Amino acid sequence: MASDAEVIGTNRHEPSYLDYKGKHSGIKGWLLSTDHKRIGILYMIGILTFFFVGVFLGFLMRLELIAPGETIVSAETYNQLFTLHGVIMIFLFIIPGIPAIFGNFFLPILIGAKDVAFPRLNLFSWYLYLTGGTLALLSIVLPGGPADTGWTFYIPYSVRTGTNVILPLSAAFVLGFSSLLTGLNFITTVHRLRAPGMTWFKMPLSVWSFYATAWVQVLATPIIAITLMLVAIERLLHIGIFDPALGGDPVLYQHLFWIYSHPAVYIMIIPAMGIVSEIIPVFTHRTIFGYKFIAFSSIAIALFGSLVWAHHMFTAGMSDAGQFIFSLLTMIVAIPSAIKVFNWVATLYKGSIDLAAPMLYVLAFIFLFSIGGLTGVMQGVISINIQFHDTAFIVGHFHYVMFGGTGFAMFAAFHYWMPKMFGRMYNRKLAKIAFWFVFIGFNFLYFPMLVMGWLGMPRRYYDYLPQFHPYHLISTIGSWILITGLIIMFYNLFKALRSGPVVTEKNMWGGETLEWQIDTPPIHENFTEIPVIEERPYMYKDNDPPVEKEETV
Amino acid sequence: MSANTIVHAEVHVHRDDIGARLGMWLFLFTELILFGGMFIVYSVYRFTYPEEFHLAAQELNTIIGTLNTIILLTSSLTMAVSIVAIQKNKISLSLFFQFATIFLALFFMVNKYFEWTAKFDHGIYPGSDTLLNESSGQILFFGLYYMMTGLHGLHVIIGIVMIAFMMRFTSKGIVSYDNYVKLENTGLYWHLVDIIWIFLFPLFYLIS
Repeated sequence: MASDAEVIGTNRHEPSYLDYKGKHSGIKGWLLSTDHKRIGILYMIGILTFFFVGVFLGFLMRLELIAPGETIVSAETYNQLFTLHGVIMIFLFIIPGIPAIFGNFFLPILIGAKDVAFPRLNLFSWYLYLTGGTLALLSIVLPGGPADTGWTFYIPYSVRTGTNVILPLSAAFVLGFSSLLTGLNFITTVHRLRAPGMTWFKMPLSVWSFYATAWVQVLATPIIAITLMLVAIERLLHIGIFDPALGGDPVLYQHLFWIYSHPAVYIMIIPAMGIVSEIIPVFTHRTIFGYKFIAFSSIAIALFGSLVWAHHMFTAGMSDAGQFIFSLLTMIVAIPSAIKVFNWVATLYKGSIDLAAPMLYVLAFIFLFSIGGLTGVMQGVISINIQFHDTAFIVGHFHYVMFGGTGFAMFAAFHYWMPKMFGRMYNRKLAKIAFWFVFIGFNFLYFPMLVMGWLGMPRRYYDYLPQFHPYHLISTIGSWILITGLIIMFYNLFKALRSGPVVTEKNMWGGETLEWQIDTPPIHENFTEIPVIEERPYMYKDNDPPVEKEETV
Repeated sequence: MSANTIVHAEVHVHRDDIGARLGMWLFLFTELILFGGMFIVYSVYRFTYPEEFHLAAQELNTIIGTLNTIILLTSSLTMAVSIVAIQKNKISLSLFFQFATIFLALFFMVNKYFEWTAKFDHGIYPGSDTLLNESSGQILFFGLYYMMTGLHGLHVIIGIVMIAFMMRFTSKGIVSYDNYVKLENTGLYWHLVDIIWIFLFPLFYLIS
């Protein structure tokens, strides 16, 4: 590490990317910038905005469910709430999430490049994202009201309902292209722009995970694009392709939908795993255990994850052979995921663990992701799946994976990389307090869903039988704790941006990857000289904590 | 190092032809999968309603279909020739063949226009009363026919616009004998448009 740092050291001869004056200045300097770092920040603004909207909708849903019967919204409004919550959280928050923010910002830096392969295409992707988001929001305000089909847009209801279905469909279509172009960009970047000496097995693990994700984005997204387009055209022109009244097959729609949407689950989780693999070695001061296994398991998840889609449809009518194959494949996906978990835990063993905020979120990730993953394996078992199908158990399961997994990893990444991105440090003590609120609230919110789903509580119902009341009550209270935690966390982060202590230390955590060897915040072109990579990442030669930590409370 | 600092502000735009080609191939891959989704739908319904597909296909005009196939194949040839011409630094020859490609593509679209309007005159279009009174298989056949050839037609139009831009770039010297990756990528895209038609043609016109 020491030798590399001397090679790359820039010592502030140049303004940071935040102060950089290019062809345009002011707000135009951001909106027309092709700098991958600025685009990452633009994505961050968009994604967080939609995240807050999604959280608010979720909060309203939980409030409705605090007591049986109609509490604050009608049944129809509730249907629109969960549809919007799903569409926003999936297409606008969690799918772009980590790759668009941190992938854009750090992928080129981590491989020693000055930018992505196609910077203008990268900016174009952000505008597509913005267009998609606008279309989704338009569906709320235009007459007809937001869609009430669920984010899955299942036929035939999505053809019959009077609400605005075409707008969210086209939103998902446009967002799909945004995601696809980002994926295309990342693959080309990783193939073409690695610094000299950066061989495949010297790449940081998050690069591997962004790379695997990019392939899923490129290969799976076109299918959903064409499928959603067909639904929109079905509504407009009655071509009959999915409409059973005209001879079409609604189950075929479900197949095509999940051929994308299951791999999309891995678009969400694989980058999160990359973040975890990045943070654990830094805060244990140990070389990652099983580098190649973690790298290849990303690829294996991407591969097998593309072959399991029909496990969403065990109750929709399928041959026994089909059920058996998809059940088996579903369980096989658990193997590479488990390989990662075991390797992370093995890295922790005998490490000098520093429980800073990013590490706390990562440890919570391992715990919550394991619950989410194992409940997922349960659902892969056909007999149990038929019992659980469309119950709150499913809702609990995927929130454990998506929020407990990807969401927590993203929070970890905020706390880990934010000082690097903005040169400001947040209040570390407050960050830990926020973590405990988020973690405890999360479990109060979603664990009761697993239990009541087991007992038979259906999902997507705005009303329920009295015996489910205690679980719903606990769950709603959990949502308040969680939101309190989120408010503290984002207050802390935003406050740091405005008035946090300035950080100019290049390597505030003692990381061994390239982003810790350049200026804080990075200069416009990242590196004054492209580094030459000589050793593998995470090579901690001793267990010394690299920089003294001053508490900035 | 200070010299380096001064220079690199201008070295911002880097050129990587292999990267550009790789990106284009990946994009073409996604296009194939996009149409692949439609081909899956086609094959499912063709196996569900083989008789009706057979009957419905007799409505299509094989002569126009064949003519269009020949036109599109020829346009792929002119596209390829225009790239070879630019490699040999024969700019006006390259421009001529790019123009020929656009001309053939427009010819294809005109044929398509007459073909579709003839169907409309017979009352065969998605959601029409005539069609809705037919069997499910026929509704699906024409639904797929309009969707797939329509999407293909959209790609032809995009291709025309792209080649028009290339003509401009070529005449302004942005595309030249030592920097022709843009034209090459446009050519790749055009061949994709061609190859999709090669599958659409037999699947719709030749199954009667």
